[in-house]
Amino acid sequence: MQLALFIIFGILAVAGALNLLFQRHPINSALSLVVVMMSLAVLYWSLGAEFLAAAQVIVYSGAIMVLFVFVIMLLNAGEEERTHGSRAAYNVGIPGAAAIFCLLAFVFLSERDALGVANIGGRLANGVDNIAELSQVLFTKLLLPFEVTSVLILVAILGAVVLARKEQ
Amino acid sequence: MVPIAYYLVLAAVLFSIGIGAFLIKRNVITIFISIELMLNAVNLTFVAFAHKWHQIGGQIFVFFVMVVAAAEAAVGLAIIIAIFRTRQTLNVDEIDLMNS
Repeated sequence: MQLALFIIFGILAVAGALNLLFQRHPINSALSLVVVMMSLAVLYWSLGAEFLAAAQVIVYSGAIMVLFVFVIMLLNAGEEERTHGSRAAYNVGIPGAAAIFCLLAFVFLSERDALGVANIGGRLANGVDNIAELSQVLFTKLLLPFEVTSVLILVAILGAVVLARKEQ
Repeated sequence: MVPIAYYLVLAAVLFSIGIGAFLIKRNVITIFISIELMLNAVNLTFVAFAHKWHQIGGQIFVFFVMVVAAAEAAVGLAIIIAIFRTRQTLNVDEIDLMNS
């Protein structure tokens, strides 16, 4: 059953990513990225990361993609045109990406037996559920980095406001 | 019962498509979207390895990557708005102030 889930949502993710690549209009690319993120959320859940699956839907497909769609509509972005800058990128980009994929796939598939199998509903530690375990580490051992991220978000908000503000 | 290697190969596929889109696309927003795709592909490998080694550290790393991605998206989109306001274009071939 997990294999069926993996195949369905894996194909959906790859199809969304390819659609992102082939669409000319940025809004179509942004919406296909939402498809990829939602299928990745299902895959996270199948790997026993329930909290991250929820966070993926809420933070990524909710907040970040709304921001993208908002900016695309605000700037009234049209279809992109082909320029000769993209000719060189075609000749280098497609072979380069294919080479990186071949290298990664070769390494992962040759280590296939050592990597083992994933079981659905598998808990990481002994019977502790995912959110309890995650918060246990996050609020004790990693409390300082966790608090620093709030400063990071604050700085990012201020930076966004300053950069996007109309100059007088 | 899915081999972990399949998850990693799926992440490699998504990452390579992200690299291809990053290099081929000429619209600055679409380039930014392909960076997000690559970040997601890397997150999938983190979660897969966290499952394999029974360690929560990988999932915590993904949590921090999400936070940084949110901050990066906010600042990056603000920069895109500023570029569009001064140059009236989103095509990266025409944004060549440092190249002239």
